[in-house]
Amino acid sequence: MNDMPQKVELSGEDQLLLDKFLADNRLFLGPDPEIMRNHKIQPRSAMEETALAGGLDPHQVHHVRGLINAALSEAFTMVNQMGAAPGAKWGDLVTGIYTAQGDLAMIAPHGIIAFAACCFYPIRFIIKNWIDDPTVGVRDGDGFIHNDARYGGVHNTDQSMMMPLFYKGELVCWLSSTIHEGENGACEPGGMPAAAESKYDEGIKMSPFKVVENFQLKRDLVTFLQNSVRDPKLQLEDMKVKLHGVMRLRERIIAILDQFGKDMLVGTLRSHLEDTEAEMRRRIREMPDGTTRVLQFMDSSLRENALQKISLAITVKGERMIMDFRGTAPQFMNRSVNTNIASFKAALCTGLLQNIWPDLPHTMAVLSPIEIISDRNSIIDAEGEMPQAMSLMPMFKACVAWTIPMNKFNYSLPHKYSAIIASQYDQAATFIYGGITQHGDVTGNFCGDINGNGQGARSHADGEHSVSPVFGFMCDSGEHEINEEDTPIIRLGAQRIAKDRIGFGKYRGGMGYEQIATARGSGMWGFMTGCEGSKFPSAQGLFGGYSCPSYQLLKIKGINIFEELKKNPKIVEVFDIVRLMNEQPIKGGRYSSNDMGMTFELCDEGEVYMICQGAGGGYGDVLERDPELVMKDLREDLMSHENAWDIYRVVYDREQLVVDVEATAEARAAERRARIARSQPFDTFVAEWVTPEPPAHLPYFGSWDDNRRIYAQNPAINLKVVMDADQLQGVFMPNPKDLQIAALEAQLAAQGAELEACRAAR
Amino acid sequence: MKVLITEYLRINLDTENWECRRCDHVLNSARENYKRGLRVYDRDPREIHKPLLDPQRYARTYSPDPQWCRILEYYCPNCGTMFEAEYLPPGHPPLHDIELDIDALKAQWQGREEVTEPVTGPDLALEKVLLGRKLHAEHEHGHHGHRG
Repeated sequence: MNDMPQKVELSGEDQLLLDKFLADNRLFLGPDPEIMRNHKIQPRSAMEETALAGGLDPHQVHHVRGLINAALSEAFTMVNQMGAAPGAKWGDLVTGIYTAQGDLAMIAPHGIIAFAACCFYPIRFIIKNWIDDPTVGVRDGDGFIHNDARYGGVHNTDQSMMMPLFYKGELVCWLSSTIHEGENGACEPGGMPAAAESKYDEGIKMSPFKVVENFQLKRDLVTFLQNSVRDPKLQLEDMKVKLHGVMRLRERIIAILDQFGKDMLVGTLRSHLEDTEAEMRRRIREMPDGTTRVLQFMDSSLRENALQKISLAITVKGERMIMDFRGTAPQFMNRSVNTNIASFKAALCTGLLQNIWPDLPHTMAVLSPIEIISDRNSIIDAEGEMPQAMSLMPMFKACVAWTIPMNKFNYSLPHKYSAIIASQYDQAATFIYGGITQHGDVTGNFCGDINGNGQGARSHADGEHSVSPVFGFMCDSGEHEINEEDTPIIRLGAQRIAKDRIGFGKYRGGMGYEQIATARGSGMWGFMTGCEGSKFPSAQGLFGGYSCPSYQLLKIKGINIFEELKKNPKIVEVFDIVRLMNEQPIKGGRYSSNDMGMTFELCDEGEVYMICQGAGGGYGDVLERDPELVMKDLREDLMSHENAWDIYRVVYDREQLVVDVEATAEARAAERRARIARSQPFDTFVAEWVTPEPPAHLPYFGSWDDNRRIYAQNPAINLKVVMDADQLQGVFMPNPKDLQIAALEAQLAAQGAELEACRAAR
Repeated sequence: MKVLITEYLRINLDTENWECRRCDHVLNSARENYKRGLRVYDRDPREIHKPLLDPQRYARTYSPDPQWCRILEYYCPNCGTMFEAEYLPPGHPPLHDIELDIDALKAQWQGREEVTEPVTGPDLALEKVLLGRKLHAEHEHGHHGHRG
């Protein structure tokens, strides 16, 4: 064995020289942990100190803040109206303004919070790496693009335009616009490839680079990007849209600078951040000290069913709040459902502002005072090489993670800033599509139905049906007529509320609606879906309310619905998923019920694909539901009569829907007695029920009884490892098709052996 | 002084006990897990989220898979009110979901009036949605993009 060389002690001067050499000769400017792991606002810069030194008139700050808001809103509307991506049309976009050192100060009032809450990462990257780089530089009129979430972002389907704003030769702030563009050249169309087994399957991965000079797009680079995606026209159009949205924003901010001066703008942005952070700390101080916890279980990797745990403990002590995610599932090396921690935090920021304190200013400062702890290499803190194209899965969980533990803190407060709400449905329940359109264009994208998640029930009312996505108040679920003009997708039937698919409770969750789609007039078309919750429900109830049910993807393959309808216009009485599947009115079709996670597959003309948007969680004990609300649900055909009795124990006249109040009270009292009779004291129950390890039949990932020990268990390949939480390794999953082939080969071998045995016996 | 903690739970700061808000039953010490004062039932999720598709034809019916998911229902031992419906994989330890610092809680409430009925906050999330829809309705959403 060779002797190890002795470490050479360097003089101070030599050490400096070495440090400079290494800094000047970095081989790859990858995602920078110093930037990516810091979600807090930075200390005041010299410019900010100067701006605030003299003190600002709060009335004028308020005035300027209003002007900035109006400017952000105007730019948002421009992008919303002109954007070509379906995401842009239905509100999946944002415009934002950042301080000169890259802190997100304000976003458009109707914008997607998470987009902007990610965008400060690439801006800080540009500041750190490109300003002083003589081959790049940052000058007036420059614009930078980026999409790789590893440098900050929700996922790689979103593209940002970031522009420095110079005033009298000085960099004063940054502006941005981001759209969920959809197509990005990944291994599956539409930009969110569940089939991505490595980051190199995710399509184009733009680190932040300059794509605009002198306020003009550089056509050579635009062409390169167009050449890398399935929808080159979309790529060009939306780059222009974002650029001009940001340029309009720039004009408005310069007008503010002309009128009020640099110090007022810089001071307003900074004080907005500091005031928000101070208000956050004040609200945390109002909460009780202690810890509340929630577990979330994701049941699919979108390639196979696998139970992945997200563990969260929120601890409050004085004005400190700590979110501890340790105990969460390990990252998958070849599945796309990982996220990096920066993206995950952006989703947390969104969830706090959407579900808990919507009245707070939409800025990164809301998250700034919160300490976040995670296990490195867990599914929510994955390293850069891991695929994360479907990072939406854990990120949507982050959006709703707050609802249960925060309500367990906040219910007690004498003053509440917003209503108590159970978890919203948290899946991307929409069709992602791709192929050749009826106009001969190649495309890939997703439908606006993603924005129709049912609201969680509230402490004072039922949830609203299909209210918005978990990541934005303001998004609309789209107009299918426009979609049908652009793509071969035809919707069969109306958007019927998904009857009986309810998060039951004293107040029920808002419900989702059915989506029944087929394709027509395309030479090649296909769909994918990316949802969990087919085995383990996703939206959790609150204070005794039940979760939403499980949801499935239903298909009728091997038919052409248009031919069938031509032959017999009445062959389908009503396009209702449950009836279609149970009655099977179209003979010869292959009817199947499947997991909601489906990688891209071709849809022949007239084949039928069906999914639902889901319901929010319920609130409170079902036996406390006002019987008249139960009758209302029956009148609105949201629920079957069986549930009125089985779940709510209401006695009534089925014809007239008149409640027998006395009989209902008696029935409910009897059910309460039955509950006591059939249940056990907690300690007795736990002693019998709890197992020392996850059941052997379950593919299970995450902690069980101790957050320091993480299981990775996959019975399909006899894998079972237990890792220390601070030493997590990624898990490699087998190809489901290989497993299927192996199972079929084993079946064939067994039958062959049987045949041989029969022959030998003859 | 009593502090409301959930729809069904409150803490009596004087006796330091968890109590049922429906029947005033004293559950257990507020310094312990309140679940220890309740009764539990392991519910097959198919009884609540009933199969909507014919189980003879389809394995996936909109019901959760009982091999993957159970519902632990927690009831008041006195009045039978359901406090929590906890969805867990079979055999998973129930979560200690509320663990408050009782001494800090006492100190915090010294300066507060007792709240006997829960305060309902403004429904800001819904207000924002409705505002967004109103704004959206005001805009013409014509056909743009994807034209050949």
